Formats: sequence, C-alpha cells, structure tokens
Amino acid sequence: MKMTILSPGPLSTIQDEGRFGAMGKGFSPGGAMDPIAMKLANLLVGNAPGMGVIEMTMAGITARFDCDSVIALTGADMSARRNGVPIERYRSIAVHAGDTLTMGAALHGMRAYLAVTGGFDLPVVMGSVSTNLKCGLGGFRGRKLQRGDELPLNQSVPASVFGERRLAIPDSCPDVVTLRVLLGPQDDAFTERGIAAFLSSEYTVTGQSDRMGIRLSGERIESKHGVDILSDGIATGSIQIPASGTPIIMMADRQTTGGYAKIAAVISADLSLAAQVRPGTRIRFVTVPEQEAIRLRREMEKKMKQREYEMLYGI
Amino acid sequence: MEQVSFLTCGDCAVTVAFPQEIREETNRRIRFLAARIQSAGIHGVQETVPTFCSLTVYYDPLVLPRKKLEHHILRLLGSYRDNASAQKRVFRIPVCYEGDFAPDMEDVCRLTGLTRQQVIALHSSVDYLIYMLGFLPGFPYLGGMDPRLEAPRLECPRTRIPPGAVGIGGKQTGIYPLASPGGWRLIGRTPAVLYDPHRENPIVYEAGDYIRFCPITPEEFQRLVESGETDIREETV
Repeated sequence: MKMTILSPGPLSTIQDEGRFGAMGKGFSPGGAMDPIAMKLANLLVGNAPGMGVIEMTMAGITARFDCDSVIALTGADMSARRNGVPIERYRSIAVHAGDTLTMGAALHGMRAYLAVTGGFDLPVVMGSVSTNLKCGLGGFRGRKLQRGDELPLNQSVPASVFGERRLAIPDSCPDVVTLRVLLGPQDDAFTERGIAAFLSSEYTVTGQSDRMGIRLSGERIESKHGVDILSDGIATGSIQIPASGTPIIMMADRQTTGGYAKIAAVISADLSLAAQVRPGTRIRFVTVPEQEAIRLRREMEKKMKQREYEMLYGI
Repeated sequence: MEQVSFLTCGDCAVTVAFPQEIREETNRRIRFLAARIQSAGIHGVQETVPTFCSLTVYYDPLVLPRKKLEHHILRLLGSYRDNASAQKRVFRIPVCYEGDFAPDMEDVCRLTGLTRQQVIALHSSVDYLIYMLGFLPGFPYLGGMDPRLEAPRLECPRTRIPPGAVGIGGKQTGIYPLASPGGWRLIGRTPAVLYDPHRENPIVYEAGDYIRFCPITPEEFQRLVESGETDIREETV
C-alpha cells in the first residue's frame, strides 16, 4: 500500500499540527502553514483532523497509487486531475490501484493539502510527523519529497465502502489581503510615524518568503533607537522588523527566539489566510482589540467543530 | 520584588518581561517561573520558552483567559526565593582545540593578543551558564566568557559550520549542535553528539544548566568517535 511520487513539485513536505513541547530547546514547531486547510483535508477522508498530510507549495505533485484509497485536496487550486480528468477540491475522491494524480501550478493561493484515508505510515518523531527541513527531522526521511519516493499508506480502503463527503469550496486568496493584528510585544520600539506606516501602507509579498517567514517589501518602519533587542520568544504570526525596516511575518518554521523587535502579531484566526499569500500579493495590516481576536478564534474553532460533526455524523 | 510586564504576542502567547539585562539572578527567576508553570499544570498553558530576560508563555485563550494566566504567573512569582547556592548541573563537553578542528584559532590569537595555550586555558576554565536555547535546536546562549577572549564575528559568515563546532562571536561563546551557516570564529570542535532526534531526550541540557569545555587531543577525538563514546557527561556540583 503506497503512493509513488512521480513529480514532487517545488516544495512538498509531510506536515501535521506541529511539534510542540520542545520550543524551549530551540525546536521550531513546524506543522501545516494553513492549519484549517490541513484539518479539512483530513476530515474529508475520515481522518482525525491533525493527521499528517502532504503540503504542496506553489505547484503540486504527480503521484501513482498502488492500492484503492480515498483522498481529498484542500487549500490552493492546483488543477488536480485523476487519470487526466479534472477533480474537485474539498470533496472525497476515490482512487483505484494504478490511478495517477496530476497537479499543476497554484491558480490562486500558495499551498494545497492532500490527505489520504488512514494517513501515511511514517515514524512519529518527538510527537509529530511534521518535516523539519533544517534538522532533517520527521516527515519522509526528514526532507522534502523527491521523484521516486514511495510513501507507505496505513490502509487501503475500497471507495465503495466510503460515503462521499464534500464541503463548500472557500473563496480563493485575493490579490489584496487584510491581516488583523494585535500590536506588541515591542511596538514601543517604533516611532509614531513607523507605526502609522505599518498600519496605513500596503506591503507586497516577496519571492524570498518560505515556511520560516513571509518577507514583505514596502514602506520602511521607523524605530526609535534601532531594532536590536535581547533575544526573546517569537510567537506564530509575529511581525519582526529587522534592520532593513521592512516586515517579516514569522510562520511555522520560524526560529523560536530572535533578537529583532516585533511590532505586532497576526491574530490566530488569520494565520491560515497569511499562509496562502504568494509573491506579489499585497497586504494591509489593521489592528483589532484583543477581545475581537478571541471572538474570531472562537468562531473559527466552532466552525471547525461543526465541520467535524458534519463529516463524522452527516449532520 | 521587581516588576514584570506582560507583552502581547498575538492572541495565543504572552511574554513575561523581566528587567532587560543579562543577569544570572534574573535568569534564575525566569527558570523558576517556567518550572512552576509546568508543575502547576495550569489548564490551557501549552508551553514556555525561556530567554535572557523573559519567558514566553503559549496558551489557548479560549480555555484560559489572559487575565487569569497573568494572575497565576504573579502568584507563582510571589513564592520565589533566590537560591544562588543550589546544586548545579554541569555538562562536560570534550573539545579538541587543535589543527583543522580550530580553523580560526590563529585569527583569535592575533585579535586577542593571546597565545593558543592561553586561549585554550581561558576558554576551558569556566562553567558557562546556559541562559537560553534558541537559533537552532540545542544552541546554547552561554554567559561567563572571559572578556579577554572577545573577538568580532567573521565579516563573511561561513555557509556551513559542522556539528559540534565551538566558536566565539563578540562577547559570547557557543557550540553548534547541528550543521548550520554561521559567523562565529571557530576555535575547536567536540566529538560529542549534542543533538540526536532519536534519543529519548534529543537535547540533554537545558536553560539553567552549565557547560564546561574539556580540552582533548586530536587522537582522543578520533578515539571517542571510533569507540562511539559520543554522549556528554553530566555531573552535579
């Protein structure tokens, strides 16, 4: 029972919810950049929401199945086809032994997720199957997928026993994105003018962005006395301002600590949206009150729970 | 007690900031807080990251409101009693300061005006406090280096530093647990395996422990590698 990678795409890795509990020792949490898309892919194939899936960046994989299975694709639209015939995202898709899945470049958005029923049979390292590229840890042999890799599947499921599941396809990531932020932890390191620039101008995502950080170009953010601080913790979504003055949104593979001031952090309910921006996407930042961020998080979690019940019990 | 402040890091983390200075006493207070948060098993707290003068606490605001978390933290800090004479855990790390293991030794001697023997003696005579781990898994930010050993970082950082390399960067010294780019001047290398993801404990030391570098010869380095004696020794003093 396996899936053979015929073409890996530019950056395809196994990711789950992330590796927690060792950030204090310097391990990045990693995990899916777009956790909502990752969880929905799993739910569509009957998995627990946090199982390992394939995260594909900019363009997808081509792969062949040697057994019957059920798969689902979520996140960015990469024009997937099964044996040459287009297949939809956000629904369960039966594949048969010998079938080929072909994917192309992302039409909108940046990252797509592929889940298979029962998940991939990969070793759990420090509580997670997420690939940590810097350490060569987890995932499939600690690295990105390559041509010829044979990913072992935990089970084969004949499509006939699996009722079809589908979800509404969410809106694609737009060309101009508004990300909601809470100021801090070091917003006081910046001048009024710097903060005004951050909140009123438009930033553009650059090609240097990766799973560690989304690097932006645009108006420089002026600091009072430089941006060096004694290294402190970097939370997911933190917006770091290095000496260049242009922001970096720190994401899943970020360093756990760092010595640059952080002006703000993207709220947790907007991290999945941040994960889908691509080079050229324009970003605006707006502040929201902390209570609003928590309300939005509650809404996000509630929606996920509802989806989980829908998928599991058909209600 | 000195005041702490709570800095917002999005809606799921808060940084407890202590006075912004590198002091052992402050660092002890931070580690005390991290340990107490863990042992208290506060529902909704996920994990903590200690640094020089702060502790970042990750939590779920839907389970634990921030005000309540802050209240817990202040209560735990209130029970702090400094104990500088407590036992310390020291990890002895064998380091070969010679030949190819020390590509920047000559430069460090030139920059510091010290002989090779003096550099080795000064560098290996201190129990260095691990203030924090970051940058890479298990990369220790050490305090206590003799100021006579200060040497500026390389103008052009290396693209690959091998695992186990020991270096000096400005006022700091440290050791690379895994291969990485880096700009520190390399004065030695350990055969010890500092990072092994398949060990039950991939990084054995933690913030608050001490590291002592013990000079070995190239022959000893070779012997340790060949015999597989690459664990680091720990002692309590």
